[in-house]
Amino acid sequence: MPFRPDPTFYPSPRMAMDAPRERLAYVAAPCPNAVLGKPGAQHDGLAVVDLDPRSPTYSQITSLVEVPHLGDELHHSGWNACSAALCPYAPHPHVERRYLMLPSLRSSRIYVFDTKPDPKNPRLARTIEAKEISERSGYSRPHTLHCGPDAIYVSALGAPDGNGPGGIFLLDCESFDVLGRWELDRGPQHLHYDFWWHLGHDTLLTSEWGTPKMIEDGVIPELLLGKKYGHKLHVWDLRRRRHVQELDIGDEHQMALELRPAHDPTKAYGFMSVVVSVADLSASVWLWHRDGDKWAIRKVITIPAEPAAADDLPPLLKGFGAVPPLVTDINLSLDDKFLYVSCWGTGELRQYDVSDPFNPKHVGSVHIGGITRRTPHPRAKGEVRGGPQMVEVSRDGRRIYFTNGLYTTWDEQFYPEGMKGWMVKIDADPNGGMKMDPDFWVEFGERRSHQIRLEGGDASSDSFCFP
Amino acid sequence: MSSNWPWATLALLGAYHGLSPGMGWLFAVALGLQEKSGRAVVRALFPIALGHAVSVGLAVALVAAGKASIPDGVLSWATAIVLVGFGVWKLVRPRHPRWVGMRVTAKDLVVWSFLMATAHGAGLMLLPVFMLGEDNPMPCHGAGCHAAAGLSLTTPSGYLAAISLHTMAMLVASAAVALIVYYKVGLSILRRAWFDLDRIWAGALILAGVLALVL
Repeated sequence: MPFRPDPTFYPSPRMAMDAPRERLAYVAAPCPNAVLGKPGAQHDGLAVVDLDPRSPTYSQITSLVEVPHLGDELHHSGWNACSAALCPYAPHPHVERRYLMLPSLRSSRIYVFDTKPDPKNPRLARTIEAKEISERSGYSRPHTLHCGPDAIYVSALGAPDGNGPGGIFLLDCESFDVLGRWELDRGPQHLHYDFWWHLGHDTLLTSEWGTPKMIEDGVIPELLLGKKYGHKLHVWDLRRRRHVQELDIGDEHQMALELRPAHDPTKAYGFMSVVVSVADLSASVWLWHRDGDKWAIRKVITIPAEPAAADDLPPLLKGFGAVPPLVTDINLSLDDKFLYVSCWGTGELRQYDVSDPFNPKHVGSVHIGGITRRTPHPRAKGEVRGGPQMVEVSRDGRRIYFTNGLYTTWDEQFYPEGMKGWMVKIDADPNGGMKMDPDFWVEFGERRSHQIRLEGGDASSDSFCFP
Repeated sequence: MSSNWPWATLALLGAYHGLSPGMGWLFAVALGLQEKSGRAVVRALFPIALGHAVSVGLAVALVAAGKASIPDGVLSWATAIVLVGFGVWKLVRPRHPRWVGMRVTAKDLVVWSFLMATAHGAGLMLLPVFMLGEDNPMPCHGAGCHAAAGLSLTTPSGYLAAISLHTMAMLVASAAVALIVYYKVGLSILRRAWFDLDRIWAGALILAGVLALVL
């Protein structure tokens, strides 16, 4: 245990922006073949990508650590400890940001990788089995993970039988023991997806996708058109673990996914992305905010679908004659100034200036891939499939990285010719605007690429108790 | 023979406790930053000091009860064992209570501070002073003696004076650090200077236990 606080912990988001530049990215690399029952199944892995431009192996995968089982579907990841350890009501800053936790969305295992002895060659240190999670919390399909002031918080999509409710369970940040279910009173909440918090306001928020049975075999068109996927934001009392308020955005909006609260802990607003409107296939971003004693939500960004010929569309979309943007991820820079929006369907990454969160301004775009556009990359050989998906922003906000894989069965529906994983980099202007780095192109072979974590923290891994 | 060392020790330990970020000054700074107000920093410190005083008072009450009912030799052994054992346990398992959040009332702060001080053994650390310094009334020089002067540490009012002195020193030290950090040096000090006080604290507990036995 170190005698000084971990140097990658920062009291405030402003200080985190002054951190040294990232040198490594840890990228979840699931192999689709085991899930799809295809030959050539490989183990999922954690890929290490060299981000140091002075290094001879810059923009290459320098190592890939496989997990021991097949078909786990590694998905998101998070650190065992981060800047929240400096929170003044539970200060314990002499732990380390050392273990990268990788929940598996299909097998429900959580793999714990030790990045300390050699950051370029992490090693699998422990496996938390699905049985331990289900026995101690009643949950399965762990999805998103945040290092909190008092524990590691993990969201889970549902129960072991594949139905709801989904929720949150806690892990000890040093022993990794499953401490149990977080919610004491869930009120009307049933569906689950993402979560994050306003530490300065003792408020936790959760969003809705669907139960494991609703998503594991791909989008179920009857459920989508029947408006059965999630469309609510839930507000919770973080201290008392109680449901406080439900914000329903209306069931024409399906799949309320990513939550990105303002990093400044004195602020009480944030952004939620919604994948698709069944009315016109548009995607949207919503702003939640305080309104007197209550919380309120409003739509602040609408991204329309793009017309397309039925012949160019996958079977799922042929009847619509349009490509939905499919906003599957968003990310907010640490200064709360720029919001990045992945349009996985149309193959566009959008940059919005959200200095005034009620009036976002679209200030930048890059295109790559897309269901019908298939925008190429200068260094890619062959067709670029997939589109901007998991997006991560460097601490200083100057570099944006993203990958193209969503979730195996969903990838197959929207990109039925299959896809190979890739990762690209964008250079962002601090005054707005961005451009694709033509030299940065990482290929993952038969594996796909999902969430990116930057060594030492990034714009979606830490939360702060000081402004 | 009268000496002021027990009183000076109580005050020094109060200042030491006040310097520890885990005892509350950091919380006060955070609340001040949240409200963008230096007054909020000061406002938070009083309930934090009160919670600390209650925790210390509890330990002192225990030793007072012990003195009344347990022979001195046994009591010093028991105190030493408790202190060394607690110190070792804090070294091996340096955990904190993890309770409350950022939206707190004064009552929350009192309870939080009580929990933190108790879990860290703030009161325990003072016990050897009470055991070894029982024959040392608070010194009094000149005409301006205050009410507590001349009090023996073994009387109820002496205990109260000792707890008050310790708490006052704790409050002054924590206020000084909190206001300097809030107004002058800023939070970057946390990254440079926040060495692991818990391990030093655990060492102080073990040392106090040894002193209780050998002196």
